[in-house]
Parts: sequence; structure tokens; C-alpha cells
Amino acid sequence: MTTATISRRRFLTGGGALIVTFSLPLELGAQTSTPPERLAQYAWIDSWLAVGGDGRVTVFTGKVELGTGVETALSQIVAEELDVPVARIAIVQGDTARTPDQGYTVGSKTIDQGGPQLRQAAAEARQALLEMAAARLGAPGERLVVKDGVVSAREEPSKRVTYAELIGGQRFNRAVTKTAKPKSPAGYTVVGTAAPRVDIPGKVTGTHTYVHDLRLPGMLQGRVVRPAAIGATLESVDEGSLGGLPGVVKVVRTGNFVGVVCEREEQAIRAARELKVAWKDGPALSEMKELYQTMRGARTTDRALLTVGDVGPALAIAAKSLHATYEWPFQMHASIGPSCAVADVRDGKATVWCASQGVFGLRDSLAELLGLAPDNVRLVFAEAAGCYGHNGADDVAADAALLSQAVGRPVRVQWMRHDEHGWEPKGPSMVMQVRGGLDAQGRVVAWDYEVWTPTHSTRPRSEAGNTLAGQLTGRAIKAGLSGGDRNAKYGYVFPNGRVVVHWLPRAALRPSALRGLGAPQNSFANESFMDELAAAAGADPVQFRLRHLTDSRAIAVVEAAALLARWETRPSPKPGAASRPVATGRGIAYVQYENENAYVAMVAEVAVDRRTGAVRVTRAWIAHDCGLVINPDGVRNQIEGNVIQTISRTLKEEVKFDRARVTSLDWRSYPILTFAEAPDEVEIVLVNRPDQRPVGAGEPAACPVPAAIANAIFDATGTRVRTVPFTPERIKAALDAVTRA
Amino acid sequence: MASQLQITVNGKRYRVEAAPDTPLLYVLRNELNLNGPKFGCGLAQCGACTVHLGDRAVRSCVTPVSSVRSPVTTLEGLGTREKPHPLQQAFIDEQAAQCGYCINGMIMTAAALIKRTPRPGEAQIREALAGNLCRCGTHMRILRAVRRVARA
Repeated sequence: MTTATISRRRFLTGGGALIVTFSLPLELGAQTSTPPERLAQYAWIDSWLAVGGDGRVTVFTGKVELGTGVETALSQIVAEELDVPVARIAIVQGDTARTPDQGYTVGSKTIDQGGPQLRQAAAEARQALLEMAAARLGAPGERLVVKDGVVSAREEPSKRVTYAELIGGQRFNRAVTKTAKPKSPAGYTVVGTAAPRVDIPGKVTGTHTYVHDLRLPGMLQGRVVRPAAIGATLESVDEGSLGGLPGVVKVVRTGNFVGVVCEREEQAIRAARELKVAWKDGPALSEMKELYQTMRGARTTDRALLTVGDVGPALAIAAKSLHATYEWPFQMHASIGPSCAVADVRDGKATVWCASQGVFGLRDSLAELLGLAPDNVRLVFAEAAGCYGHNGADDVAADAALLSQAVGRPVRVQWMRHDEHGWEPKGPSMVMQVRGGLDAQGRVVAWDYEVWTPTHSTRPRSEAGNTLAGQLTGRAIKAGLSGGDRNAKYGYVFPNGRVVVHWLPRAALRPSALRGLGAPQNSFANESFMDELAAAAGADPVQFRLRHLTDSRAIAVVEAAALLARWETRPSPKPGAASRPVATGRGIAYVQYENENAYVAMVAEVAVDRRTGAVRVTRAWIAHDCGLVINPDGVRNQIEGNVIQTISRTLKEEVKFDRARVTSLDWRSYPILTFAEAPDEVEIVLVNRPDQRPVGAGEPAACPVPAAIANAIFDATGTRVRTVPFTPERIKAALDAVTRA
Repeated sequence: MASQLQITVNGKRYRVEAAPDTPLLYVLRNELNLNGPKFGCGLAQCGACTVHLGDRAVRSCVTPVSSVRSPVTTLEGLGTREKPHPLQQAFIDEQAAQCGYCINGMIMTAAALIKRTPRPGEAQIREALAGNLCRCGTHMRILRAVRRVARA
């Protein structure tokens, strides 16, 4: 999509222009659980938990708290198996020196993939403790009961011993044998309850420590000075431009990487602003207004995800056929707290505190960047503002590491707002095209889906080139193709279907994982088009979906959402709506996340002001089935968050760029949903299925939101919108075009 | 040039050394180790850095420390874990946070509103919070928490 071509040779030799390009297939797949080669390292109970002399249980996990409440949910899982109160559990997260490598905290996989390892370790620990207690109390194991970390004999309660007395402060020295049987969900008393979040009291009183709040003795403050344009190369740095500025310790320059280190934070901010740096422009970026056209015209690597029957002939003989194209722009994570990290690099060793979603992968990346052996680099997770995917958290860790290495003292770096907006990896733009056919009875007989997408993941998985600092010091991004195909496959039963992904080799802006990766976009297209077919068939949108579903869990969420919303059975658009100045309507969408995880259906109610084109989502009703629910309030919090954030993405968000750089650099140029625009009400029904695997809830509810809104706008106005965001200007233009026609 | 300045924060008087144009935020965070106020944008657009000057909620990221005449209250001064302010308690009761980075601004802004208008209506609450951004999408819970105090 970049209009400039970057030669293979230049690509291989490195240089500042490499930000916008990366190599083709080296399929990596998202790594979300413990890497198999490391499993043997964590074969001991002691890798996972310890009981202190005070009876407190310390849990070691590679999964990390990103604001989604997993610290609490994982505590509940361990508390349940060990029979200790949640309050007595402390969790050590993501520390390459202390915790197991449980892969990346991504993809709503923490409970699903991280939970079982902790559950098993806790069950093994409990079994070991019971054996010790049996010996100590002279009572057979089956006669023992445990409550709040105290083991006692059922018939003789005076015979008792605490976990602390049994093992406090000592190692178990026992392997996780997989012979201990975790409790049956039917007997759960902690899992499944709305245990209050362990982190919230600290967060509302200013006592929770974020990475931003870490202060080391002798710590300096750093700021980065990014290139004037994406892909620009450094010509010169005029250190004299800092003149008599106080507190400047060092101007650091390595390749195209430029930063300042000062005694105080406000000094570093000022020095970074005033430092005169000359840059030579890199290759021009794509013309933004031709973005989608450029994507459609690019040479791609094509993969068929699904082929059922023969769509070509089926479309040809369909009673009715439709086609539509949907477009989704670049969007950003837009964390409220700009990325921050603290690094201490000296004497050939490095410790970096950061909010990476994968400290083990990033450890190896930073080792390469710093020229140190991975064993001499320790990464410690510290919580930051919500990231919603691969934002600047890894990049700033690399920045802090380079700056600390340059001065040999601890350095804290926090990005400025313009650094975050301008340089965080972006959720990439996508184009989706669907053709579909109906038979005379109004059933879908053919579905032909194509999506154009670049990769949605360029995380550092061991290579320095996947950090900005790595690229600015001459390394190239390496990434496979992943994420853009998420939920490309439809969730219905059709006799003829084809789903094809056209992988783009590059993106106009550095792409990476933003909540749900390609799933919200593909679901937007799939569920909008389903609605278009329903309208063409003159069918009620709920009934039309049910007609093409066979999975009972899918049917259950669609029916539950409709019931919750008091859905009125009739086709869209709403009769007579077109005459009112503020038109209201409702739309439904249904998605099974990744076609194999949580089931979500959502009904949105919108109010569309025909005079201004402004759309407000007034109400949202969601039915959600993520299997066994660990913490119902935690799941609700995630669902509400997904819904509100995706309303924001759908109605308001688009990263703007010119031929050289991102121009959405603050909250005015990249507005997000405000309190005035938030819905009146979000109602949720959780379908708890204790007999089903607990799958994640961090992303699924984002997926039906865009189509539910588009379908509601259609219901209200009779006008179909297919390009996100649904800004007032765009809606007004669409409504006016229909009026003119 | 750095100069000696006196400010009152959370009921205590402090003598701090800072250039007069230093934003209050950095003095609170780095000189007084108060982590309640957060750096969000430095542009007074998001509200994460909100503190009270007297009874007014202000953006400490754009308030030069030398301009501060009234006593400063931060989230830590509003209440503690042991003795939380009613709004802090309401945010706990409603579990009204995800990452929590914006929550300082939400509580400080709402506290100033409730001091000024003890029983604000829905529109007043939403208007008061209009300049405070939350990216996790915790809006519904934050509104519930503020309502809980507004209607107490």
C-alpha cells in the first residue's frame, strides 16, 4: 500500500524506511500458552505457588493484569482448589526471573489457557498438603477437611494443622504429577462468585503502583524524539540547541534513534521538544483517501479458509443475489496513559520494568537490542493503562533500555501523548466484500466472502526489529500473517460457501494487534450482510438468523438477546421511520468468537438525527455465553467495556495520516466516546454453562457491536452504511444521497 | 531557573524546588511521590491528572506550579483505603474500574461536582464528566458510582 517501493536489497540491508514493510510468510500463529519447550522447566509445584510462614499463598504466573481483572479471576481459581480465602493470595505476574513462561496475555486466553495450569498446580499442592496433614495428625486423608487453609479431621475438629504449619516458607519439592484431581465445578464456592476485584481499592485511592509510578534510586527521566516522518532517516542532531537547559544529562543518538536523558521529568520533556534534529524524509505513505482502493489493487497472498459446495453456480441460479463491500479504517489502541517503562542497564546486566503482554519474548528482543545474553536481561511486568492489544508498551521498554544503557543509570521513559498516538502500532485497515444468494423461500443458498488485510500481529517474539527502537537502529520487522482472518468464516449453515483471505504484504502504517484483531471487522461485514439478505428476503432479522443456525448455544444467545431487548418481530427497515427528524431503530448481530469460543448476540438501539447525521447508541442488550463463568461481575465488566469501546470505534474512530506521518496526534484529532455520548443503558444476560470450558471474555463482545449498530441505522432510516466510522458527516451524506435518489 | 516554592497539598505545607513554569503534576508526582494524579495527555484533554485547587477541579498537567495559590487536594487526600471518601467507596461498591488509569480524574471531577451541586441530575453528571476520557469503556459503572453518591 505504500506508493514508494522499497527494494528487496534495501530491505535486507536495513535502514530507517523499514518501518512500513516486513517480510512475507513465516507463519508463527499466536502463542498464548506455555511454549512446549519450556513445559519441563515448570514441572514442579514450586514453579507455580508457595505458602509463606504467615499462611499467605504466593502464586507465580506468566499471565498479567491488563485491567481486565484476571488477577482476581486467577486468584479465585487457586483459592477454590486450595481452600484459602482470595484475600490471602498474592499474585506475582510476568517476571522472567520468577514466574513460568505462560506465553502472551492475549486473545482472551488467560482463563482458558493460563487458568488450567494454575488450577492443576493448586490441586497438586492441596493433595501434597493433605498427605502431610494426614501424617501429622495421624488421620487418614479421606477424613480430612480443609477450610481457610486449616486442615482438620472431620470427626475430631480439635485435630487441626494449618498450611503454614505444614509447609510455611519451605519448598514442596514435588512434581506436578497430574494425578491430583481438581474439584468438580458443581462443588465450586469461590469460582463463579462475583469476588470483588483485588486491585480496585488501590486504584481508587492512589495506592496502586503502575509502571508509571516506579521510582528507583538515582533514576533519571528520558524522552524520545521520533523522526519527523515515518521512515525518515536522521541527518543531524544539534545538541547546541539545548543551550543552557538545566538538567540535561545526555542526548542519545544511535542510528535513527534519538532520545534525551535529564535529571527531572519536566526537563526531559522540554529538552525533547527543543532539541533541533534534521531528518531526511523516507518514502511517501499511501494517499489516505485512496486507501481502500490501493488495498484492493495490491498483490496479495491468497488463502481459502473454507469451501462448501460450489458458490459460483449457486449464485448464478439464486432467486435473488446481492453484493456489498465494507471498509474499516486504521484505528489505535489509544491508551489513556501513554506507554512507560523503567530500565536499569549497567555492568552487562539489564532489568526492565514494563507492561509488555509477553515479557519472555520481549526479554530476548531487548537482549538482542542491547547486545547482551538473554540470561543477563530480566523483564518484570508492571501494570500500565489498559493496552487492548499491542500498543506502545514493548516499544517504550526498548526506548528505556537503550537510554539507560547509554547513561549507565536507571531511566524512566514515558511517551508523550503525540508519541503514543503517532507511533503506537495501529489496528490495520481492512476491506471485506461479500456476495450472497437467496432461494425463492428466502434461504441463503450461497455466501462468497473475501477480505483484504495485512497481518494483525508484529509483536516482538524474540527479535529486536519488532520494536521501534530496533527499527530505528537498523533492524527489520519480522512477522507472519495472522489475525486478519479471525471470524472471516461465517457462523451459519449454508449449502454453498467460500471464504478467502487476501493477505497484503504491507500496510501503510505499522500494523499490530488491536482488540479482537480482525474479528470485529469481519463480523461487521458478515453480520451486516446477513442483515442485508434478511431485508432482501423480507424477513425479520432475528428469525432470519435462527433459520440458518443449528448450534443450540448460538440459538440460545440470539433468542436471549432478543428477549432481553423485547424484540419486535418484523422486517427492517421500520415502517414510517423515514419521516421523523430523529429516527430510532434496532439491529441485531450474532458472533461466535473465533468461530469456536464465546457466543455473543447483541441488540443495539440507535437514534439517528437526520438533520445532523449524528448517531447515538441509546441502549444495548447483550447475551453472552463463555462457558463456565469464573467471576460474573468480571465478565460483565469486560462485556460493558467491549461494547462501549467498540461503539466508540464504530461511530468515531479513524487514524488520519498524510503522505509522511500520522496526523491524529491528540484527543481532538482522534476523538473517542464521551460520557455524554455513552448509552443510557447496557443490559447483559450471562448464559452460564458450568459444564463447558471457560473461554475468554476479553474480546468476544466487541465483535457484534459494529454490525448491530449498522443494522439499527438501517432499521431506523432505510439507509445502509458500510464504511466505519459512522461519523455525522458520513451518515448525513448517506441519508442525503438516498433522499436525492 | 529552579526556585523555592511553597504549596499546601493534602493539608500539609511543602517547600519544593522547581522551575516556576513546571506543571503542578510533575511536582506532585515526582517531588511529593503522590501517584493519584496521572499523566495522560499534557494537553488538558483527558482529565487523568485532575486535582482540586480549593474546591475546583483543575488539570494539573497545564497548571504551572508557581500559579498555585489555593490548597491542593489529590486523590490520596480525598480519602484512604481505611477511610475512603464516599465516591471512592462507591467506585469500589460498583466495581467501577478496569485498568483504573483514568479513575483519579473521574473521582476528583465528580467530587468537585458533588461539592458544588450536592444532588446532581443525570445530565449534570454526564456534563461534568464530559472532559474525562475512559478507554476501557467503564462509563456505565462510573456513572452508577457517581449516581450512588449523588442520590445518597
